[in-house]
Amino acid sequence: MPNNRHWEINSTGKKLALLSLLFLLSALICIPFADLKIYPSEPWRELGRIAWGFVTPWWDDPWLLVQALGQTIAFALLAVVLAVPVGMLLAMLWHWRVVRMLAASVRAVHEIFWGLLFMQLWGLSATTGLLAILIPYSGVFAKVFAEIFTRQSPLPQATLAPASDRFSRYAYTLIPQAFAELSHYVRYRFECALRSSAILGFIGLPTLGFHLETAFKQGQYSEAAALLWVFFILIATIRFWLQPKLLPVYVIAAIWLLPETPPVSGGMLWQFISEDIWPRSLQDGDLSAALSWYARVFTSEAWPALLQTLMLTQLALVLTGAIALMVYPLGSRALAGRYRLPGRGLLLVLRSTPEMMFAFVLLLLFGPSGLPAVVALALHNGGLIGFLAAGHSEKQIQRLDDPSGMNRYLYQQTPRLYPGFLAFLFYRWEVILRESAIMGILGIATLGFFIDSAFEELRYDKAFFLILVTALLNILVDSVSRRLRRVSGAEDAGGLG
Amino acid sequence: MTSVTSAEVLFRLQGHSVSHGRHRVLHDINLSIYAGEKVALIGPSGAGKSTLLDCLYPQQAAYTALCPQQGGLVDILSVYQNIYMGGLERHHALYNLWNLLRPRPADKAQVSELTRLLGIDDKLWHSVDKLSGGQRQRVAIGRALFRQQPIFFGDEPVSALDPTQAEAVLKMLIDRHQTLIVTLHNRRLALTHFNRVIALRDGFIHYDGAAADLSEQQLDALYAQ
Repeated sequence: MPNNRHWEINSTGKKLALLSLLFLLSALICIPFADLKIYPSEPWRELGRIAWGFVTPWWDDPWLLVQALGQTIAFALLAVVLAVPVGMLLAMLWHWRVVRMLAASVRAVHEIFWGLLFMQLWGLSATTGLLAILIPYSGVFAKVFAEIFTRQSPLPQATLAPASDRFSRYAYTLIPQAFAELSHYVRYRFECALRSSAILGFIGLPTLGFHLETAFKQGQYSEAAALLWVFFILIATIRFWLQPKLLPVYVIAAIWLLPETPPVSGGMLWQFISEDIWPRSLQDGDLSAALSWYARVFTSEAWPALLQTLMLTQLALVLTGAIALMVYPLGSRALAGRYRLPGRGLLLVLRSTPEMMFAFVLLLLFGPSGLPAVVALALHNGGLIGFLAAGHSEKQIQRLDDPSGMNRYLYQQTPRLYPGFLAFLFYRWEVILRESAIMGILGIATLGFFIDSAFEELRYDKAFFLILVTALLNILVDSVSRRLRRVSGAEDAGGLG
Repeated sequence: MTSVTSAEVLFRLQGHSVSHGRHRVLHDINLSIYAGEKVALIGPSGAGKSTLLDCLYPQQAAYTALCPQQGGLVDILSVYQNIYMGGLERHHALYNLWNLLRPRPADKAQVSELTRLLGIDDKLWHSVDKLSGGQRQRVAIGRALFRQQPIFFGDEPVSALDPTQAEAVLKMLIDRHQTLIVTLHNRRLALTHFNRVIALRDGFIHYDGAAADLSEQQLDALYAQ
């Protein structure tokens, strides 16, 4: 904790430490109530086989691997290419409340849930995968672009004619002013989209996740490892192969690679929106029966699942923070010196592996409780924040008389990046919540489990209601996190964002 | 107080004060500025000149070409685009978007004529982050000229130019605008090119009158420590 010596009221360090303690406490309170049961199993033999598979990657049919890889990239690339202009348009209209609400609600629903929803209409097709990524990402782009625009100098706009139209003004001033920041963010988001695309395989789309799940279920750990290695290399080399000049070529290739979409008539779409997702009683106009139906679903499924989701989120959040603080020095030149390369590798593996994949492996080992989910979420997010913190730590200005080793870590590096670290952790809070909800599709009793089951039983009305509950919970947590960031003074992620 | 009393009043402040937090920047300012006047704002740094410009600007925003102190240039865009954007309101959004990709010959001719007069025509397609301070300042002036408005507001618009250039550019600004309000550090430019001088000191109007009536003594008092 920073500033331990100055324990007076007006200490930023004290405020941040108190806030951290509060979160730690909230997680500790969750422990007895959360479903963290460890099923009796003998994971060590299996773990040994997985580890052996990890170092002996093998794939029989290289063409299939290339295809899965190509489709993973294709979904991610096209979705981002489409989401950027949509997000940009929404960001330009950010002064409209309805736009802000729309963006907040579409990004509150995880890609997997969007995927499950669209799958009912378009099956395992290009449209399903594209929309599943495109819709939430547009909302995220809108919000982040709007935030970037507010940080730009207003001066260039001030010299333009007040009568010039909004789009021209953005095109000539704010967008070029913020160009470097915008493109940096889009690149980062593309990496996230690759992960989203890969895990859409878990609900059946033909991306890496699909083959990974199959390989794991069959105990083909060398095959699973081959997929994972390919995915790590893909992410580690993004900056070499993602050249803006090659983008048109990639887009054409991506369109050609995507699976076909079956024709869906407007009537089917309309029926889905106007009938399928609402309970029968509501369609019949019986409002009181509809209300009691909603109340029943809420008390029997939504509420317990919501509590479970929240508790796992709290535990995962605190564990994420702890892991990030532990691993970031391993990858920082300022702390690990020339031994940082293995640390860098570890951080890359942690942040590149989608939490669903960690959770999947851990579930195989420990059985379907919340524990694998918490550990998986913390490993991935801890690695991600650790990676950003390591970069931030290297950028700190060094002095000749700086302390070294543990002292540098405790007294200098960590206190300096702690406010940014905390802000980014709060920022991830919402993300971790969304992800612990989807962990349910692997069989853990979070919201995703009930949503997935409702879809399997073709109870679209229930699935839709549960998705709504999840989205509302997300919006709530987002607004609490924003308030906390403001109160704690850790508003700016200080380069960590 | 003014030479053209019959002309239309463009700007008026009555008992106007501005504070930034606890610090008073302008005290009880009373002034009217008429169409056709060429006003130089002078005074030591921190006297409130820029703040006074900010107060007046909204009164005629639609007819005023603004040239702020930091220029307001967009770094990654070319000199051409930085000047062109002064006229965005003359075309619809799609035309303006197309211009970012492929400028039309008519627009190119117009803008390059301005850059020729400003002596930066060889830099037309350079991005402005590659230019020197003086060149950047001329791009900012180019944008203001391209606004084609009757009123010009400049905050130290020629401070980075050498004396000959500064004089020529200032002349061009005066020729092309009916009314000007310009803050200047250079007293000589203020006295020779403007017909009215408003001198500010510590947020008060220290002198407001014809440039010709301003004595050397008054000027010395204005800048005295």
